Amino acid sequence: MPTLLVVGATSDIAEATARRFAAAGYALQLAGRDKAALAAIAADLELRHRVAVTVHRCDVVEAEDRAALLGGLPVLPDAVVCAVGLLGDQRENETDSVAAERVMRANYEGPALLLGSLAEAFAARGTGVIVGISSVAGERGRASNYVYGSAKAGMTAFLSGLRNRFGKTGVHVVTVLPGFVDTRMTAGMAVPPALTAKPEEVAQAIWRAVERRKDIVYVRPIWRWIMAIIGAIPEGLFKKLSI
Amino acid sequence: MADRVELTGWGLYPRRPTRLRRAGNAAAIAALLDPAGMIARGNGRAYGDPAIGLSTTIDMRRLDRLIAFDDATGLLVAEAGLTLAEIIDIFLPRGWFPAVTPGTKFVTLGGAIAADVHGKNHHGEGSFRRHVAWFDLLGPDGVERRCSSDEHAELFHWTMGGMGLTGTILRAAVWLRPVETAWIRQRTIPTASLAETMDAFEANAAATYSVAWIDTLAAGRSLGRSILMLGEHAGVDELPSPLAANRFARRRGPTLDVPLTPPISLVGGPVIRAFNALYYARNRSKAGNSLVSIDSFFYPLDAILRWNRIYGRRGFVQFQCVLPLAAAQAGLTTMLSRIAASRTGSFLAVLKRMGAEEGPFSFPMEGYTLALDFPVGRRTEALTAELRAMTRDHGGRLYLAKDAQMTEAEMSVLDPRGLAFARWRREHGLAGPLRSHQSERLGL
Repeated sequence: MPTLLVVGATSDIAEATARRFAAAGYALQLAGRDKAALAAIAADLELRHRVAVTVHRCDVVEAEDRAALLGGLPVLPDAVVCAVGLLGDQRENETDSVAAERVMRANYEGPALLLGSLAEAFAARGTGVIVGISSVAGERGRASNYVYGSAKAGMTAFLSGLRNRFGKTGVHVVTVLPGFVDTRMTAGMAVPPALTAKPEEVAQAIWRAVERRKDIVYVRPIWRWIMAIIGAIPEGLFKKLSI
Repeated sequence: MADRVELTGWGLYPRRPTRLRRAGNAAAIAALLDPAGMIARGNGRAYGDPAIGLSTTIDMRRLDRLIAFDDATGLLVAEAGLTLAEIIDIFLPRGWFPAVTPGTKFVTLGGAIAADVHGKNHHGEGSFRRHVAWFDLLGPDGVERRCSSDEHAELFHWTMGGMGLTGTILRAAVWLRPVETAWIRQRTIPTASLAETMDAFEANAAATYSVAWIDTLAAGRSLGRSILMLGEHAGVDELPSPLAANRFARRRGPTLDVPLTPPISLVGGPVIRAFNALYYARNRSKAGNSLVSIDSFFYPLDAILRWNRIYGRRGFVQFQCVLPLAAAQAGLTTMLSRIAASRTGSFLAVLKRMGAEEGPFSFPMEGYTLALDFPVGRRTEALTAELRAMTRDHGGRLYLAKDAQMTEAEMSVLDPRGLAFARWRREHGLAGPLRSHQSERLGL
């Protein structure tokens, strides 16, 4: 039975992804900060799909937590999905460097360092799939969310580098770009329904990407075009726009 | 925050403004309490406005986790946003099925408790409440209470049928029933008149499941002619060998979807007339015994996703009343005559013999329940008002999970228990913070 490690397992996308893989018979390792919430998700997965689930308390931005997680996993998983992310508040981030640092570390530093270590372990074994959930916000810095966006840009570049570095070792790296998703992170935001995916849709896209060894996945393909257009706007014009 | 939306129930009528919020766990729900009037919403299958909060509506769908299951007793503990469809998908292959199910499996556990839903086995097994061991209720005071027949018993009983107006159901323990297969032995009995239909119900009181579809356009001597369907869970030795080899396999037909809402109703008089005539003729010829899948026996309409859209943008209303046994034949005759005379008909007209009344505010009472749907419009508004008056004249009451039109004055006559419920809510500090558009309309 293959095993999937889900990091940031209490997020809506992570929970939907865990269910999708459990439905296919994967055993699960759930890592996150809230042990009680992890236990509830684990109980659900065990009853729903009758798979083995272990839970691991870990705050990905803390080096000791990352080390403890990697040292404490009962088996090296076959695949890992990292769904850690923090949207934060852009206005607050502009004036409060502690808040900005939290967003940068949660979206880039912590996840990248953890996935980097896992990639090394996978490469030593010769197999493994790494799925990083980044964001279309990382494709061009915008006034409305550049702190979050820049951290995600770092994450996207890191995943791209991992893929390049381990391309010949049997380790596969997937970058998932969900666009808007109907989750707690976007609750209360006015997001356009036609561009907004359900967590189950993201989970299915991740499942397909792992099965079919895809590299970069836009959950809703329209985002590829939207970002191509936004990316093509000359900087001189872009700085005058509010997109 | 700019998050006020317009919501409707499954009937797409009425449309009401509210602030829609969602939470993934109980603590997050406690943080969303709104003293200006909130209500929890399950999967949006109530027809009218009971699941639209006056100020805030809490979408419970993300609270859908299983918590525990006892293989020996069939006791399932789960969060309130789990649907019966999910319960069936998970537990039918293990030999368990909801003890009571309404005509759609897309309702949540919390919604089923709040509306105290009933099924085709109400005459024998009662409503949903009889199969609830306990639930945890979050009060508007932010306190969680475990409610059962021993603990907070009064709150326990008012909540089942209380339409979410006693608190937010967070998780519940319900007993499932053991089944041997995913099949139902169905017996189809065509009847030629209302009297014959009712006689057939009374003669088959021992059947586990029973329900009749009425031809609402038949008049005169054939008034009330019906197709009565009886059902029993098939045992494994009752299946032919190819089915018995895989006794929990679901035989599901293609799922259709209605992808958009047409501007006008597709269900006009001529369509209903043709449908009713065809349906009656087709099922009449199928009289006798057959083996049907659980999905087609219990949930024929669920095969058409978003079927509510066929009524067009103005939506439709459901009318479901229950009439006490002694007055049922006279009441049904009056109602069916009026509907036949209107030539409006109803796409779906369902008749069901109900068992005894239970609980202080649940819909069922011993007698017959009639369910109909009509497209929204001035003509049908007059018709449903008349049907409500006829219900009142025969001592019946209406089902709040389907109501969208009753007035406070009508409610006070049709179901005086509502006054007691409203008083009890006031005394317990629930009347201010827990309010839906329906509770405002009905003065609950």
